Amino acid sequence: MTSNLETADNPEQLERIVIEPLTRVEGHGKVTLLQDENLHIRQARLHIVEFRGFEKFIQGRPYWELPVLVQRLCGICPVSHHLAAAKATDMLVGATQLTPTAEKIRRLMHYGQTLQSHALHFFHLCSPDLLFGFDDEVRHRNIVGVIEDNPEIAKQGVLLRKYGQEVIRLTAGKRIHGTGAIPGGVNKSLDREEINYLKKDIEQIVQWGQGAVELIKRIFFEQLDYHMSFARFDSNMLGMIGAKGEFDIYHGGLRARNADGDMIFDHVDYTRYSDYIREGVKNWSYMKFPFIESLGAENGWYRVGPLARVNNCDYFSTPLAEQQRRIFREAGHGRPVQASLAFHWARLIELLYCTEAIRELLLDPDISGKDLLNRGALQHCGIGVLEAPRGTLFHHYEIDADGIVNKANLIVSTTNNNQAMNESIRQVANSYLDGNRLSEPLLNQIEVAIRAYDPCLSCATHAMGKMPLEITLLNENAEIIDRLEKRVTGEIQRCSS
Amino acid sequence: MLQSAANPDLIFTWGNPSRGDDALGPAIYELLQNEDLNGVDLLTDFQLQIEHAVDLEGHRQVLFVDASLSANPPFEIFPLQPLQDASYSSHAMSPQSLLAVYQQVYGCTPPPAFLLSIRGYEFGLGLPVSATANQNLLAAFNHIKRLLDVTQSDACTDFWPTGT
Repeated sequence: MTSNLETADNPEQLERIVIEPLTRVEGHGKVTLLQDENLHIRQARLHIVEFRGFEKFIQGRPYWELPVLVQRLCGICPVSHHLAAAKATDMLVGATQLTPTAEKIRRLMHYGQTLQSHALHFFHLCSPDLLFGFDDEVRHRNIVGVIEDNPEIAKQGVLLRKYGQEVIRLTAGKRIHGTGAIPGGVNKSLDREEINYLKKDIEQIVQWGQGAVELIKRIFFEQLDYHMSFARFDSNMLGMIGAKGEFDIYHGGLRARNADGDMIFDHVDYTRYSDYIREGVKNWSYMKFPFIESLGAENGWYRVGPLARVNNCDYFSTPLAEQQRRIFREAGHGRPVQASLAFHWARLIELLYCTEAIRELLLDPDISGKDLLNRGALQHCGIGVLEAPRGTLFHHYEIDADGIVNKANLIVSTTNNNQAMNESIRQVANSYLDGNRLSEPLLNQIEVAIRAYDPCLSCATHAMGKMPLEITLLNENAEIIDRLEKRVTGEIQRCSS
Repeated sequence: MLQSAANPDLIFTWGNPSRGDDALGPAIYELLQNEDLNGVDLLTDFQLQIEHAVDLEGHRQVLFVDASLSANPPFEIFPLQPLQDASYSSHAMSPQSLLAVYQQVYGCTPPPAFLLSIRGYEFGLGLPVSATANQNLLAAFNHIKRLLDVTQSDACTDFWPTGT
């Protein structure tokens, strides 16, 4: 299943093109392309060039610090780490079941997080590509350009994100790095005033969620062939699923389907993830390469995140999202939708689901309950898994008798998509770069393919970076023969050697 | 829609507390939280994002506070204008760009805004705030307190420098 562009036969004889760092993704990564004298792409790799080793830092810390500590992994999706760690520590403290209030408050927090994350990604980071086209003039291809040309859409993006942040603030206690989830439950529920505050705008938020899905469908169907074929390749899909096969991003079993949609495994207890998932390493990247063990590294890699989740689930429990899921699945003609750009479409269906799920929870009296905690006997091992905005997130801890962490393993969403992102750039390189002179719009197509995954490279290697873009061309003697620099201001400058 | 301003003035700091001198913004926030402030909303975050335009609404004036690698020590303060500067990278939204988003979203001029840049030196992951940056931090903190003394005694006074 892996394409043949991972490693060239004779890399020393090829011209090297480096896209570094990637823009409009979180963290610091670079893409290298090796091009031969006839301008054919011979090797394409997404490199993750920073290393932080967060799993090591955690060791030696008491387990009750974990939900607060690990969210420092990332300023972008801290709630996902907060909740995954909280789920793991539930297991450590023997809380086999949360109280209804605790589970619903956590779900509310998670839906708020997913709503704001998806809103930022679509309206801020990706809509410029989709609304203006990939070869739009670079200074226009940004959020300010979106606002200028589509003021209402941009405003909705801002306010959808703001609403999600407010849900987080009220459930987690703070806008970022909150403390709401604790081992065995939560430390607060919502009072009447807080519920009314969120209720006030929820109908508008649901309506905008519907509008967002209609927008992406319009964009998609305007150039359906192109959007369905750009960076398209077959892959397995992995994600969490509810007990009845429903879409669930907070709790459930693991489901994996192959490229035809056939089940590889289903409703797997996530605490047994290591029986099903293995993590490979490659000497050219700090990011691991997970795969389904039964299929092996070559054929067992998979995609996670919105595309996998919407393909994998049997239904959404909310009516508007379910209606949109059916339309989405029709585009696959009986198979899972495999187009990388369909991530955007799936992401907005999830955004709509979150708005509906928040609306339902705001009507549920449990969210103002007072029964917040459950505890049992302390356990040696705790595993928490959930569906973060970018995909399946695994937190696994082991503690000693004093409650001190002595082992930690984190598989973050972007890591799960590592091989798939590499496949995407190879597909784009093959389709759009091969035989062409390189230019900024062409190179942007590679970034567009990566951005579809909404990768959080800071999570994946646990470091954050700056984001200018540099493209360097080297000849076979490693001499710089050309360099393009895109600064953080969006300015592009060609630097001659 | 959503939360509205509780007080006339807003001080908005940002930075990553885990990245050495990038913590100067959040550190100012911590110091100000311990002060008895009237008429001032305090906010902090890791980075500026589009939704922060909503936080500006309803305020008479805004003081942004951030660490800077290029400011003259101990700090600089200057007024800001909305600017569509294409700082579209997700970590790099500038306060000027945020003001431009405000202008577009609300269709009106944003509140007067100023940026106080505290000189930092080391931004490595896991580093503490450097000793020199700490001195700059205290100088900036004292300056903000003086500004607040003036603005709180005269509601018409803005954050624009009094002797810097």
